[in-house]
Amino acid sequence: MTAVDSRAQGGFVGRPMKRKEDPRLITGRATYVDDIQPVGTLWMAFVRSPEAHARVTSIDTSAALAREDVVAVFTGDDLEGIAAPLPCAWVPPGVEVNAPEHWPLAKGHVAHVGDPVALVIGVDRYSVVDAAEDVVVEYEPLPVVVDPEEALKDEVLVHPGLGSNKVHEWSLGGGDLDAGFAAADVVIERRIVNHRVAGGAIEPRAVLAEERAGHITIWSSTQVPHFLRLFLSILLGLSEERIRVIAPEVGGGFGSKLQIYGEEILCAWAAQRVGRPVKWVETRSEAMMVTHHGRDQIATVRVGAKRDGTVTAFHAKILADFGAYLMLLTPAVPALGAFVMSGCYRFPAVQTDIVGVLTNKFSTDAIRGAGRPEATHMIEVAMDQLAHELGLDPLDVRRRNFIAADDFPHETALGIVYDSGNYQASLAKLLEHLDVAAFRAEQERLRGEGIHRGLGFSTYTEICGLAPSRVVGPGGFGLQTGLWESALVRVHLTGAVTVYTGTSPHGQGHETGFAQIVADRLGCDPEQVEVVHGDTAAGPQGLGTYGSRSLAVGGEAVAKATAKVVEKGKALVAHKLEASPDDIEVRDGRWIVRGSPEQGMTLAEVAGSAYIPEDIPEGMEPGLEETAFYDPNNFVFPFGAHAAIVDVDAETGKVKVVRYLAVDDCGPAINPLLIDGQVHGGIVHSIGQALYEQVIYDEIGQLVTGTFVDYALPTAAEIPSIETDRTETPSPVNSLGVKGIGEAGTIAASAAVANAVIDALRPLGVDYMDMPFTPMRVWNAIQEGQQ
Amino acid sequence: MSSNVPVRLSVNGRVHELDVEPRLLLVHLLRDRLGLTGSHVGCDTTSCGACTVHVDGEAVKSCTVLAVQADGTKVTTIEGLAQGDQLHPLQEAFWEDHGLQCGYCTPGMIMAAADLLARNPDPTEEEIRHGLEGNLCRCTGYHNIVRAVSDAAKHPHAGRIPHPGPTPEGAAIGLELAREGLGA
Ligand code: FES
Ligand code: FES
Repeated sequence: MTAVDSRAQGGFVGRPMKRKEDPRLITGRATYVDDIQPVGTLWMAFVRSPEAHARVTSIDTSAALAREDVVAVFTGDDLEGIAAPLPCAWVPPGVEVNAPEHWPLAKGHVAHVGDPVALVIGVDRYSVVDAAEDVVVEYEPLPVVVDPEEALKDEVLVHPGLGSNKVHEWSLGGGDLDAGFAAADVVIERRIVNHRVAGGAIEPRAVLAEERAGHITIWSSTQVPHFLRLFLSILLGLSEERIRVIAPEVGGGFGSKLQIYGEEILCAWAAQRVGRPVKWVETRSEAMMVTHHGRDQIATVRVGAKRDGTVTAFHAKILADFGAYLMLLTPAVPALGAFVMSGCYRFPAVQTDIVGVLTNKFSTDAIRGAGRPEATHMIEVAMDQLAHELGLDPLDVRRRNFIAADDFPHETALGIVYDSGNYQASLAKLLEHLDVAAFRAEQERLRGEGIHRGLGFSTYTEICGLAPSRVVGPGGFGLQTGLWESALVRVHLTGAVTVYTGTSPHGQGHETGFAQIVADRLGCDPEQVEVVHGDTAAGPQGLGTYGSRSLAVGGEAVAKATAKVVEKGKALVAHKLEASPDDIEVRDGRWIVRGSPEQGMTLAEVAGSAYIPEDIPEGMEPGLEETAFYDPNNFVFPFGAHAAIVDVDAETGKVKVVRYLAVDDCGPAINPLLIDGQVHGGIVHSIGQALYEQVIYDEIGQLVTGTFVDYALPTAAEIPSIETDRTETPSPVNSLGVKGIGEAGTIAASAAVANAVIDALRPLGVDYMDMPFTPMRVWNAIQEGQQ
Repeated sequence: MSSNVPVRLSVNGRVHELDVEPRLLLVHLLRDRLGLTGSHVGCDTTSCGACTVHVDGEAVKSCTVLAVQADGTKVTTIEGLAQGDQLHPLQEAFWEDHGLQCGYCTPGMIMAAADLLARNPDPTEEEIRHGLEGNLCRCTGYHNIVRAVSDAAKHPHAGRIPHPGPTPEGAAIGLELAREGLGA
């Protein structure tokens, strides 16, 4: 374990503190969007296409408009006020992107089930849904394509005007791939399908908009309030300072609320039209249909290796199903995975080739991990497949290829620089909790009893802490933004502290973690530190929460702003106590002169002097608050080693995870309680994908998994307790030494489960199969394996 | 359109008389008419349990009960669980054990857990996991929820839900709990 100086002062950093946000949440006093109801609020409901692909030949709104409880009905023809289609923020330089226009209401053509064709505004939550049913729409169905490989043939076009379904081609590679394969003793190739999933936040999306005298306020269940403000400004032609976006309590996101949705734009637009507040609350059935999906990639992975398991070349060809439209980050998602296609290994040559394709399904975009779960799944499943091919122990093959612990920072063949790591240590720690030899003996014994038990590993690293603007911005990777973060730290006259962060949490616990960081540095109690987020009117420009960035980028911004406050405070204290600022330190809640602790001031006294400036140093401004913008110079690369043990019932095909162990490293812990929580949730999310969850469309583009009955999120009953441990390898990228941990569990776990299932099935003749390991699929695989 | 019908029910110890549409769901009566927004809606198929409340002492999914069906009943919601500043043992334990993240599932999860502990005061991990099968959480992976319920179970009255106020038995339970001290 590494000693960290940030722990020294108040000692709050590193403690498993109970969360400051919880009292309101456990008593039912929190405020989510649907809990807000300005006087006179009207309700919005959508008329959505039941066809996966059609021309809209007529829309008759008269019956709906004739209802007493309806205020207005709008269709795609009414959208003049909306200046541009919905955005896609990735414009990779030098790459041709074939992108359809995506209007918030369809203009004569629908391309997926749920594409909205009209909206109805009415006086009440229930009757507005009835009214939407009174809108009569006639469709002329067009041919449908749902399979991405079929779509690539261009026999059926998702957007006939585009001429092709192929969106783009994009590659990232390094090292000599041909030489790598030429030098290999064996080459394995696997087709690895990573199926489509839903985000599954338990709070569906909700939007409320109110306009007063040209100023508009939007409450949205979003991860990105500032981006939403920007795009509302662009799309509605409204000056940005007149728009206020509030993300109040947000009931989970997992990437599904990292989006600019048509419903958000339309809610604001409709509020302007009707002159009253307008609210829309998504039903779960709508969420399954029109809250973006994730994954949906078909990869062909080729690995070349020496007999001893040393990998000489790794090549992934990915066909990514984007659905019907490109949304905020749709095409960037698989590309993000390409950045870590080396995993935690010293691969001399790596390449990822991506082709994006449109289909008559809803859009895919970032879901927890966004591209990195897919990449890790490919790498870690391939490592096991390779080991089996070579007759080697999968852990030995991993160890043989691990980047050496003393080789950090490490530049991979892709030119990506891993900040820090010690993969050997996390694997060793995992094995302290798991006796593999004993497991193998037990596995053998159980097999005799007809129980097929399997063990699978996943040693991963991932790329997060999005992101250095120069790397990901317009001239680099091509995101049309910087990805820095901001913070403002305000010490009030009484010594109470308010921190404004540009990140926008939705369950992660920033209010607690950030308060710990600030309290240590200012010499106060975290109870005195209020962290404000998710309100564009409250603090500086910010960029939101996603890509495991909040602590590594947002937290570092908080630390930097606090450091500025400390610097000013020290000058003030030095002046008061007639000492040198260099001799002032904050210790045990007091600002003291080093060596003479009897001389000192409390934070309240420092603040008092700053705000009642009878006696402050010449030239110093009154007040005690500072802002910082922090743009990291690199990403951060958390890593770890996971193991899953599963039982497969060969009679029914049912898979149960009986044990799950995770050792993760996200640098020194700010709050271990929060880390464990993120790891647990992330792992179960991924177990869900591996075993239960799949978004399914039938061949005519109808959504089969339209509710929580058909789309099976894991429940407590299917999941074991998760055994967690940590190593702490600081990152040199930020002063806190921290790395993100929100997505790591999801990135790591599906491969561990897959390898465990395959390990269990090998004696039954199954050497490889794709997720999801549902009873039917596993049973079928076993039947085929036995033939 | 059918005309409204009168409903009389006691919620967290207060009696309410309202005229409601026959199709109004109990969850919307609580949220939109009484301003008790702690019960949440996460689905439309009775799958997620975010809306769980107690009706006459039993956990029900309030998205699946019509307000008119609750006529004459005593309803307890998450807002009725703490006695003043004194949290219920389950609330304490969820807080202590980090049994929540975004908090959206939490009120329903706590109400379901209270029902579980009322029926089985000393559940095994397996029993807790099965007892909460009707409540979905996407954030926590259930690990800390299970821990919280198991910790709360150590408290003698964790399964008891007070229904204080005008009903005599509710007031009695409330008082008793207050006397015992609820700190988990
Ligand atoms: S809202 Fe009641 S069960 Fe989901
Ligand atoms: S805490 Fe977010 S759904 Fe349970």
